[in-house]
Amino acid sequence: MEPKAIFEAVKGKFGEAVVELQEEGFRPAFVVVSPESVREISLFLRDDPAMKFDSLMCLSGVDYKDRFAVAYHLHSLEIGHRIGVKAYLPREAPSLPSVDGVWPAANFQEREAFDLYGIVFPGSKDLRRILLPEDWVGYPLRKDYKYPEFYHGIKV
Amino acid sequence: MKARAEALPTQEMLINMGPQHPSTHGVLRVILRTDGEVVVNARPDVGYLHRALEKIGERVTYAQFMPFTDRLDYLASMNCNAAWAWTVEKLAGIEVPERAEYIRVIVCELNRISSHLIAFGSFTADMGAFTPFLYAIRERERINDLFEDICGNRLTYNYVRIGGVSADLPDRFLEKTKEFLDYFEPKIPEYNKLISYNKIFVHRLANVAAISGGEAVAYGLTGPNLRGSGVSFDLRRSEPYSVYPKLDFDVCVGTGERGTVGDCFDRYMVRINEMRESVKILRQAIAQIPGGPVMAKVPRAFKPPVGEVYFRAENPRGETGIYLISDGTVNPYRLKLRAPSFVTMNIFEKVTKGLMIADIVAVIGSFDIILPEIDR
Repeated sequence: MEPKAIFEAVKGKFGEAVVELQEEGFRPAFVVVSPESVREISLFLRDDPAMKFDSLMCLSGVDYKDRFAVAYHLHSLEIGHRIGVKAYLPREAPSLPSVDGVWPAANFQEREAFDLYGIVFPGSKDLRRILLPEDWVGYPLRKDYKYPEFYHGIKV
Repeated sequence: MKARAEALPTQEMLINMGPQHPSTHGVLRVILRTDGEVVVNARPDVGYLHRALEKIGERVTYAQFMPFTDRLDYLASMNCNAAWAWTVEKLAGIEVPERAEYIRVIVCELNRISSHLIAFGSFTADMGAFTPFLYAIRERERINDLFEDICGNRLTYNYVRIGGVSADLPDRFLEKTKEFLDYFEPKIPEYNKLISYNKIFVHRLANVAAISGGEAVAYGLTGPNLRGSGVSFDLRRSEPYSVYPKLDFDVCVGTGERGTVGDCFDRYMVRINEMRESVKILRQAIAQIPGGPVMAKVPRAFKPPVGEVYFRAENPRGETGIYLISDGTVNPYRLKLRAPSFVTMNIFEKVTKGLMIADIVAVIGSFDIILPEIDR
């Protein structure tokens, strides 16, 4: 299915929760959705017979300076089409439902987004820091991250 | 009998496997909760090699990031180099000369063989057979020599450039590669005779940690690990890039040859068979490679247009995906490296439940993970 058709189908089902289609300059195109509806839309994209997005290729946190985003790159092995789904989040307390119940592959990548961006995924089966030490302060991939001078008394 | 059982301590035990452990292929720590020799829970703890490559990427130019991709999966640096170049070229719409694409495919497939050789060698060594490792290193040495001819390096090549490759092939390179292929191809059946169907080896791997096709897809397994579960999906075939559409090869899948589909043996066997397919690809590429330039015109102060792109390439360990956001300046705005080994580790806790401790080693080896790629 073409991105446009996928967008129409999701828009028809979820209405207001689907904001726009980012097409120009985006490969693959993104369906922008509201953060609170991410889990329901993911379930629809996975289970609908015309969609069948069984594979979550990549889940990434992004810092757009004025806001955060979580981008999901989906692919359907059976049908062979792909689409991006994106949810924008406010800088203050960014949080959106976990999709690790939809695609188990999400868990480690959500932990990574939590670790490096401080985005919280309520409903995740296991949300802890993954790459950094448990006691690390701050979220390094944020654009306004201040490098610490010391870590446990060792100069960084 | 009862009295003896009571005298023995039977509580669960917590064991640290790693970060320094010969079979974890680097600094991987597994926190094992065991009941005797049975694993109750094995939780991987990663991040010991975290270098924040994604943050570094936001501070260097597109061309400067190339050597960092070498350090992503150092056993397949060429593939990582090329994946980065393809991503940026897709973003900026750069046309690469055909000769350069062929050179890339040649070095990528050579690197795939060398990476699978290490996977084969270290895996068999983990399983207690040391000789195959020496065989694997012997063959890999010749590939290293070829790469040294090409770019002067033997591990981190930094050979591919955005828009092409850094230099044309040296004299006699294609003949030397052909000589290597003639030498290497008969070695694969030799490996099978030496170890693959060895009874003890098969017993260690068959029916261990079998992953069904559906599960493998849901957990995001890619590359040989996905194909080991019987899913015929190869990006070189399903989402062809570069000159792969012009090359003919078979996609190797696990068949449950000695046990269940998707067990450790199937994953092992897929890699052995893929080496043969790579030889096939290389022979065709050598026959087809055209003349011409090896670099497109790319400005020194390279600024791709504003946009977002996700590109994925079939690397020896699976799908290396790069999500790249450009804001039109000389530095990437955001680049996310979707490393196959990192995503693969997600399923580790699930498949190791109820196995023996020694099987953990088989599972790690059969996934062929590499730590710098997990930790980035």
